[in-house]
Amino acid sequence: MNTTIQVPTMASLFAEGKQPEVLFWVGCAGSFDDRAKKITKAFVKILNKAQVSFAVLGTEESCTGDPAKRAGNEFLFQMQAATNIEVLNGYEVKKIVTTCPHCFNTLKNEYPNLGGSYEVMHHTQFLKALLDEGRITMEGGQFKGKRITFHDPCYLGRANDVYEAPRDLIRKLDAELVEMKSCKSRGLCCGAGGAQMFKEAEKGDKEVNIERTEQAIEVQPDIIAAGCPFCNTMMTDGVKGKEKESTIAVMDIAELIANADDF
Amino acid sequence: MAYLPQVLFIVVLLLGIGYFVTNVKKLARNIKLGKNIVVDDHKSQRLTNMFKIAFGQTKMVVRPVSGFLHAIVYVGFIIINIEVLEIIIDGIFGTHRIGLSVLPESVYGFLIGTFEVLAVLVLVAVFIFWLRRNVIKLKRFLSAEMTGWPKNDANIILYIEVVLMCLFLTMNATDTAFQNLNSGNIVSQFLAPLFEGLSENTLHGIERVAWWLHIVGILAFLNYLYFSKHLHILLAFPNTYYGKLRPKGQLPNNETVTNEVKLMMDPSADPFAAPTGEADAAVPDKFGASDVMDLNWVQLLNAYTCTECGRCTSECPANQTGKKLSPRKIMMDTRDRLEEVGKNIDANKGTFVPDGKQLLGDYITHEELWACTTCNACVQACPVSIDPLSIIMDMRQYLVMEQSAAPSDLNTMMGNIENNGAPWPFNQQDRLNWSNES
Repeated sequence: MNTTIQVPTMASLFAEGKQPEVLFWVGCAGSFDDRAKKITKAFVKILNKAQVSFAVLGTEESCTGDPAKRAGNEFLFQMQAATNIEVLNGYEVKKIVTTCPHCFNTLKNEYPNLGGSYEVMHHTQFLKALLDEGRITMEGGQFKGKRITFHDPCYLGRANDVYEAPRDLIRKLDAELVEMKSCKSRGLCCGAGGAQMFKEAEKGDKEVNIERTEQAIEVQPDIIAAGCPFCNTMMTDGVKGKEKESTIAVMDIAELIANADDF
Repeated sequence: MAYLPQVLFIVVLLLGIGYFVTNVKKLARNIKLGKNIVVDDHKSQRLTNMFKIAFGQTKMVVRPVSGFLHAIVYVGFIIINIEVLEIIIDGIFGTHRIGLSVLPESVYGFLIGTFEVLAVLVLVAVFIFWLRRNVIKLKRFLSAEMTGWPKNDANIILYIEVVLMCLFLTMNATDTAFQNLNSGNIVSQFLAPLFEGLSENTLHGIERVAWWLHIVGILAFLNYLYFSKHLHILLAFPNTYYGKLRPKGQLPNNETVTNEVKLMMDPSADPFAAPTGEADAAVPDKFGASDVMDLNWVQLLNAYTCTECGRCTSECPANQTGKKLSPRKIMMDTRDRLEEVGKNIDANKGTFVPDGKQLLGDYITHEELWACTTCNACVQACPVSIDPLSIIMDMRQYLVMEQSAAPSDLNTMMGNIENNGAPWPFNQQDRLNWSNES
């Protein structure tokens, strides 16, 4: 992934009088977290290759307010939402794609009540659409025959009923999709949602991400695929905790596609 | 004297139904203690949900064993009610098996035969249910909140069902005229020999006793509902109708906060201006919920509907990893507190006298609330569309917005969002740095 990536901003396109097809909402994790930045770049690499006209807000983007709302701070959430909506509406944004299910859920479901209505897609849905339209093609290459299990992010799956798009993409890699004991609508949380990412977990027998990692290890995967930067972190930690990092990789769907040999 | 049984029957029936109606009124009063919200959208979608989820049991069969057994008891309950109708008519008019004089013998026989088979199937299902709770000891029936009354309640219901089914079969087996017809006595013909050798009078006596106990038992059971988790057999219907239709991830918008935020964002607004419109005047007494009166009536209906089956808790990631949170306990606590408030109101002639207690703290602890990952597994798992998460979120809102009682890590996170536009302490100006990092 050493190829340089092109990342236009809304501000620069706006100055040229251009409107991109879609706004890529990067999210806080995607912007600042070292692991999640790789997902961001992998996704941009795909967008570049597919010649999708897109832009990011860059320094004009701010937290959607999801962790604030889930922590109970409705006021802070709505302040964030109001600011973001002002920016988005200012650029007349119609369509948004994001690699973070939390941003996806908030932008899609909670912003309309506050004056921000957009067509919002999770990157797995967007990639599936690109694939269906023939704008990207991919074959398994290095993933051919690999055992891949998909960890459903709560905010993509149960919260918004998106279960098939990520799975379709994995199947397209000629990989063997194996399901964990808890999957789809009965998927187990990674432990990070509801602002848990930012605090110590309450006392218990074990951490949620360890339980989930154990479920994943049970199906003996080569790769645990994720569709959320927070899930990615939690599962990566879990795999490290179980000392399996040499045999099991944790990868976002965007990374799988960007790394497929013939992509 | 000939009318004595009928008079007695009508008195018993009226007493039974009267007490039930009194309790239903109390139930409605308690539910209305919640905040009023209007739920009048998507009526056809709501009806469909009620039909599918409550009537059609679609979410019960997610777990096939209990789903199948539950379906037997449910179908048995619904269908055997036709027999109850006959009993009530017979009781009031002093007739005996009125069905036989209305329906052709074969149809009547088919109906009673079906009831008898169902009665046996219900007995089998109830026996397995009892085994699951008391011998196999399934984990979800053994949580901390499932001791004492909740445990006894569940078993009592099973025992009542056994008694009612046995009385029904006995009643048929000792009805010599019915046995002589030899139509519809599919099961009871095998029980009849047990009573062989008894005099005609004794047999008739047993039949009458079984008949009376059966109907009195049904009335007693009807009135037991109010005090029991078994209330779900009635409330599952309205509860699935009023259940959440929005995507599960969408938490409700707090309008009051929206007005505040608009005012803050509006450069022309005068912060010192006296309130003008109605929207300004309607300042809420508090944000979020600390007691049952702060919850809305749908949430309170949820609490009364809860069957304590524990499917929510067994799917809860926090609970699975040994944390204190149990969504079922959240619902049970809400119901217990609501009952307590209701009794307080009854004792104080219709007004609530503060009792120094509230739902938050006295029933539900901070630790439980903060353990939730908002993953919606509990909401997904509930077979009757209960939303424990909404109560958890309302109480978190109270903790944070009224009491500033968030865990310190979360305060740091919120401070970061406020100052830097991200939950981590990074500068917003660095948001695009990733694009030119190798």
